[in-house]
Amino acid sequence: MNATTFQPIPARPAPVNTEGPLAWIKTNLMGDWQTTLSTVLIGAVLLWYVPQIINWAFITASWAPRYEACSADGVGACWGVIAEKYRIIIFGRYPYEEQWRPLIATLLLTGLLVLSCMRSFWKAWLPLLWLVVLAVFFALMYGHVGGLTQVDTDRWGGLPLTILLSSLSLVLCFPIALLVALGRRSKLPAIRSFCTIYVELIRGVPLISVLFMASFMFPLFMPQGTQIDVLLRVLVGITLFAAAYMAEVIRGGLQAIPKGQVEAAATLGLSYWQTQRKIVLPQALAMVVPGIMNNFISTFKDTSLVTIVSLYELTGALKLGVNSDANWRPYIIEGYFFIALIYFVFCFSMSRYSRWVEQQVNKSKLR
Amino acid sequence: MADTKSAPPIITFDKVNKWYGNNFHVLRDIDLNVAKGERIVICGPSGSGKSTLIRCINRLEEHQQGRLIVDGVELTDDVKAIDQVRKEVGMVFQQFNLFPHLTVLENLTLSPMWVGKMPKKEAEDKAMVQLQRVRIAEQAHKYPLQLSGGQQQRVAIARALCLKPKIMLFDEPTSALDPEMIKEVLDVMIAMADEGITMLCVTHEMGFAKAVADRVIFMDQGQIVEQNKPHDFFNHPQSERSKDFLSKILGH
Amino acid sequence: MSFHTPAPKKTSWSWRSQAFRGLVYQLLAIIAIAGVVWFLAHNTLVNMRVRGIQSGFDFMAQAAGFDIGESLYPFDSEESYWRAFLVGVTNTLRVALLGIILSTLLGTLLGMGRFSRNALVRGLCLSYVEAFRNIPVLLQLLMWYVILTETLPSSDSAWQLGSFFLSKGGLNYPIPVWATGQLWAAFGLLGGVGLVLVYRRWVRRQFEATGQLRSAFWVPVLILVSCSLVGWALGGAPTELNRPIKGDFSIENGGALTPEFLAVLIGLTLYTASFIAEVVRGGIASVPRGQSEAASALGLSHQQEMRLVMLPQALRVIIPPLTNQYLNLTKNSSLAVAIGYPDVVSIANTALNQTGRAVECISIVMLVYLSTSLGTSLLMGWYNSRAAIKER
Repeated sequence: MNATTFQPIPARPAPVNTEGPLAWIKTNLMGDWQTTLSTVLIGAVLLWYVPQIINWAFITASWAPRYEACSADGVGACWGVIAEKYRIIIFGRYPYEEQWRPLIATLLLTGLLVLSCMRSFWKAWLPLLWLVVLAVFFALMYGHVGGLTQVDTDRWGGLPLTILLSSLSLVLCFPIALLVALGRRSKLPAIRSFCTIYVELIRGVPLISVLFMASFMFPLFMPQGTQIDVLLRVLVGITLFAAAYMAEVIRGGLQAIPKGQVEAAATLGLSYWQTQRKIVLPQALAMVVPGIMNNFISTFKDTSLVTIVSLYELTGALKLGVNSDANWRPYIIEGYFFIALIYFVFCFSMSRYSRWVEQQVNKSKLR
Repeated sequence: MADTKSAPPIITFDKVNKWYGNNFHVLRDIDLNVAKGERIVICGPSGSGKSTLIRCINRLEEHQQGRLIVDGVELTDDVKAIDQVRKEVGMVFQQFNLFPHLTVLENLTLSPMWVGKMPKKEAEDKAMVQLQRVRIAEQAHKYPLQLSGGQQQRVAIARALCLKPKIMLFDEPTSALDPEMIKEVLDVMIAMADEGITMLCVTHEMGFAKAVADRVIFMDQGQIVEQNKPHDFFNHPQSERSKDFLSKILGH
Repeated sequence: MSFHTPAPKKTSWSWRSQAFRGLVYQLLAIIAIAGVVWFLAHNTLVNMRVRGIQSGFDFMAQAAGFDIGESLYPFDSEESYWRAFLVGVTNTLRVALLGIILSTLLGTLLGMGRFSRNALVRGLCLSYVEAFRNIPVLLQLLMWYVILTETLPSSDSAWQLGSFFLSKGGLNYPIPVWATGQLWAAFGLLGGVGLVLVYRRWVRRQFEATGQLRSAFWVPVLILVSCSLVGWALGGAPTELNRPIKGDFSIENGGALTPEFLAVLIGLTLYTASFIAEVVRGGIASVPRGQSEAASALGLSHQQEMRLVMLPQALRVIIPPLTNQYLNLTKNSSLAVAIGYPDVVSIANTALNQTGRAVECISIVMLVYLSTSLGTSLLMGWYNSRAAIKER
């Protein structure tokens, strides 16, 4: 029973290879007979259909912007419709010669959005930069300054419109959401009920009804004679809608702050607003960045609804471009795929980023 | 005391080796015989493979090389063999792992009713006996999260005992408890030790080892470095590593 | 000095009192909100007078003046507006309920597929979720509508399977001709439900008494089917079906699902299923691994572990966000207005354009959706308080 002479045993490599590609295939695709069977069945289905899809989408597809090429026999997907109509899809009804302006404006705004996501840019001058870029954006798009011809907002469309609506509504809804979230947690019953009613009302109805309300009823709310821009009405609708959901996200973050933080601040003599500004909000907001990102992704997708109230974002611009042109009308489905790809690229990258942020936050929590 | 001479061992490890992945050799050439009714404490630094060793006994972990025989049944991929072994082996976890959506009584009667096909009344009567054994019978209708840590662990012990196991495995049963609750759980384990059940316990509680263990096994880096009676192990450790380990844990 | 007289209550009206400050803030807030509301209402009344827009819900009794493409019961342009709205509500409920059932089935399978032992299955489920989540739902609905109307054959060359026709005109299916036999079958079904409840109670008592578990699924199914058959036979065993047949221009007779309905249903189902898959995955992942280890250590089989330990805990985490997804599906059905499916938003849009009563029509729509949301929230609150895992 006693180990009088202790011999340490050196480590040996495992007899059966459990790592490496072959081992992975064995465990993950052929672990037991049911797995092997399903691998074979699914593999067969994929091998049957995927080459057909690739054939249709790429090999026999027509890429030239000539509709005769598309209607020829044996031709697969007609990507020519994109080659022909991409300007109107991406820029909407913006005048053809001036389309360099929305291009630059969109690139600037997208660049700013990407920069705002990087931690190293979270400095004090970031809000100022936002204001500057937004001013440049409007100047470029609207014109009327610097010798640029004026282009009214009802001609704005396509991708610049989508990005403008999403980023502007995010920026604008944030302060509203903050106040509403704080208001919902307030001890004053009047303020709390008002904020609760607002949030529950907006969250209970579809965005389309809010947009209809903004479209039809907003002009009625304004003093007689004032003309409200279509873009402004839609912006107000989307902002109020997004603010309600954002308020819930922020409220979740506020609730996660332990009560001890507020109590410690009270013992140090800080006022309510000082506590919120210096102690509670910095912690809460850092925690809810993933939630805010998800909200932004939803708003980005929701901007597609402005089609229904006659603003020509990507989907509306596509229908405008293709439905009026009988030659290209049968190929609208390829146009839809193109738009779906654009949305997918944007939303997927944003959701990946959001997941990465979440992991960073969780990493800092584990000590 | 332990019946080491005439009967065959109830657990046999024969050159058992286990790897995680290709390169982490977590159990190295384990040779171990446990006699029926023997009480064994396994100690060692973290990462030494102690938990992995006892989790191999009820096949929560699989070994890749060597033979492991529990109560006459060899543990392989054979599902029937695994089920048979699990009926004979009870386990108590560090994190209790009680089912939070069931009451204490329901936690205990779950396995006898659904696996042992016992009628409900009989299962409940037997469960109450076990609850009284661990001195927690009055909490039978509470939910696990309504109890303290020490109470939850005692319920977990009672739940394992309801299967009438021949072998009880304890995986650091007191490591997740506040100091004042450790004693109540150790008292229960000491009382159990006097009833002749085979026990393997991974723990840092050396007082328990001294009071109850027939054998102390010291593991380091996946192998059994030393095994001895408690008195001999604590007072006359043979190898350098054991001496080093003991100095660290008994120092303060 | 007597210590028994209560201290006089002092209401301090100074700015330093917290209660006073709270009152002042609230008063200011109420005045501000009331001011804004008055401003908006005043403008609205002025604008409506100037533009000659009338207000009030009296238009609801007038004749609608438009036909509705599809409805559960007959509707023509002579019927009143409020009946039109009713048709819209039933259309919304029709597509929402079917969508909820189908997307739950698909989403649960996908969510569980994320945990499959087969990497191919896991990868396919992940790709599905990512693909359908990142594309706007309106775009998906439009795409399905185009696909259905482009790729499906015209009525002359419809795809036929027995008495089912699939074409550009939609899905046509045979419906049984109503006779007393179906009524009797329905009664039989109800009786069967009662019998099933009695049987299940007996099975549970047997299990607790002897530990033997009888079949709790197949026998009830058998009971339901046989009771319905008995009722149907007693009612005269009617077998006549109203079969669709190919007419000159379209498929006639039988029941029909329009391509608009199909597009909305398919689009909503596939979109919502991807979100439900994530909810289910999160629920299953939320159960700690130790639970499944403890279940294995107690000798429970994999099925028993799923049913008794994992699912009860996972469901508690799944159900609140699941109902949220159901609400989202119902709200997303409002997008049917872009396809031409006559749901309540679409009907409101038509009514609004015809009567100019924007405020009234939109309020009706919002009221319909609000009551659904609030009703579901109340139900959810009740469920949560009942099912919550009890802690200290």
